[in-house]
Amino acid sequence: MSQIASKVEHSTRSSRIGIVLILATLAVLALAPFWGDRQTLRLLAEMYAFVALASLWNLLAGYAGLVSVGQQAFVGFGGYLLFWLVIVAGVHPLVAILIAGPVAAIIAVPVAALTFRLRGAYFAIGTWVVAEVFRLLASQISVLGGGSGISLPAAMVISMAPTRQAREFEIYWLALALTVIVLAAIVALLRSRHGLALTAIRDNELAAQSNGIGVMRIKLIIYVLVAFGTSMVGALIFLQKLRISPDTAFSVNDWTAFVIFITVIGGIGRIEGPIIGTIIFFAMRQTLSDLGSLYLLIMGAVAIVVMLWAPKGLWGLIAERYGWQALPLQRRLVLTPKENAGRKP
Amino acid sequence: MPPILALENISKRFGAVVVADGINLALGDGEALGIIGPNGAGKTTLFGIATGTVSPDSGRVIFAGDDITRLTPERRCRLGLARSFQIPQPFSGMTVFENVVVAAAFGNGEREAAVYDRCAELLARCGLADKANKQAGGLTLLDRKRLELARALATKPRVLLLDEVAGGLTEHECATLVALIKEVRAGGISIVWIEHVVHALLAAVDRLAVLHGGKIIAEGDPRTVIHSPQVEEIYMGIAADA
Repeated sequence: MSQIASKVEHSTRSSRIGIVLILATLAVLALAPFWGDRQTLRLLAEMYAFVALASLWNLLAGYAGLVSVGQQAFVGFGGYLLFWLVIVAGVHPLVAILIAGPVAAIIAVPVAALTFRLRGAYFAIGTWVVAEVFRLLASQISVLGGGSGISLPAAMVISMAPTRQAREFEIYWLALALTVIVLAAIVALLRSRHGLALTAIRDNELAAQSNGIGVMRIKLIIYVLVAFGTSMVGALIFLQKLRISPDTAFSVNDWTAFVIFITVIGGIGRIEGPIIGTIIFFAMRQTLSDLGSLYLLIMGAVAIVVMLWAPKGLWGLIAERYGWQALPLQRRLVLTPKENAGRKP
Repeated sequence: MPPILALENISKRFGAVVVADGINLALGDGEALGIIGPNGAGKTTLFGIATGTVSPDSGRVIFAGDDITRLTPERRCRLGLARSFQIPQPFSGMTVFENVVVAAAFGNGEREAAVYDRCAELLARCGLADKANKQAGGLTLLDRKRLELARALATKPRVLLLDEVAGGLTEHECATLVALIKEVRAGGISIVWIEHVVHALLAAVDRLAVLHGGKIIAEGDPRTVIHSPQVEEIYMGIAADA
């Protein structure tokens, strides 16, 4: 074998095409304030938030195997922390978003210490209970309106940007930037040594353990990182809404059920899944929401059909059939005779 | 010389079923030990106890002189205790190459880029070079078994625990495998091998232990043990198959 030089490549043809498409799409989206109306901007910003939330949940459940139904705890925590920082402490909203990440990460450690004692379905229920406790605690904060919630005072809203349009642009770009950062961080993580371990855990926990991977340690790290990101996204969501209440902030429907729907139909355990899922979810919501409760029935039916027909989600189906990857995550071994080929630095 | 791996007075029961009843078993450094026994005798559980995925009710596991009974599976792997699974457990969404890279990087605590060459070589040695970039989930049974072995070897073990690697293989495939295992052993790795395919086992091990009802009922020179009356009695069916 000594005449053979091994070289490892990450990208494939599909991932090179993928990167170009992604960058082109990003450019178009970054310019949306110049081609889209207010309605479009609001919708897109909302979509970005769901892409970010679903990508984070995907990392947690799809890769680390931690099926939490309590991530609304961190969405709401981020939102409430932002409102508290802005209203009580007088912090600038943008700074408040930055603070929401690390504080949530610190909070996530004792929460993990508690919920990690539980396994599987018990863990899921445990995380939900924690989120309910957070909701009850939030309704006790009288300075933030207690159970009925509070709006961001007009003076503080105006302090962000002089005009309504400027503020809306600012929040739009903020939402896009935060989602790009979250996705880029996830890609960087998955390409790293830790990502290798994480993908191994996704595929087979028993084998991962038996091959020297510290499974519990990595799960804890992921739980804390996901809380960090989820809380920042939560802060941004409620900055956009300008109003917060315990029921909206800690809604299991909005921040967990929809997020799971998005991830599962898009493709769990695949980085592309949440993006595809978000597009499908919003396409359905925009076209079917006039139907009232029938819309929810259709959504349930879609979820069931996808789970039966394509248990790895729509992207999983495509990726398995054509071997596509939109992002260069795989490590491909390329063998070349040593005489002709130089080593990759 | 002290044993590299020793199970001392190990007992384990699952409910009413006793799978290990005061087992004592030692593996010398550089030795190859075979274990046979009927289905349900507790062979695989013994590997679970040795590698830390199953905790014993009582007894101790000693590795290179240290008590490792309370260590996690990943720590034991990094110390140099590797296993293959009876039912192959590939990382099915990863490529064959990535499977081996995981084991090399984490099982031996190396930087990822530092293991690429070694992994490529290992795949060639285990007959998987042309499938390096295939998804592990799509492999045939033989290739899955090869991957189990390649992955275990990638961790640079001092002791390799093999769980029925020859089952379901053709005569020729089996011979290739035995040759590979002999080569591994010649490289200084101690081996414990659980196998139903007795002739494959006899070709590679120095010593044979027979497990039955959670106890070691015979132990010693392979050819003497295999023809002992106790073994012929409990093993008739399986020996006839092999």
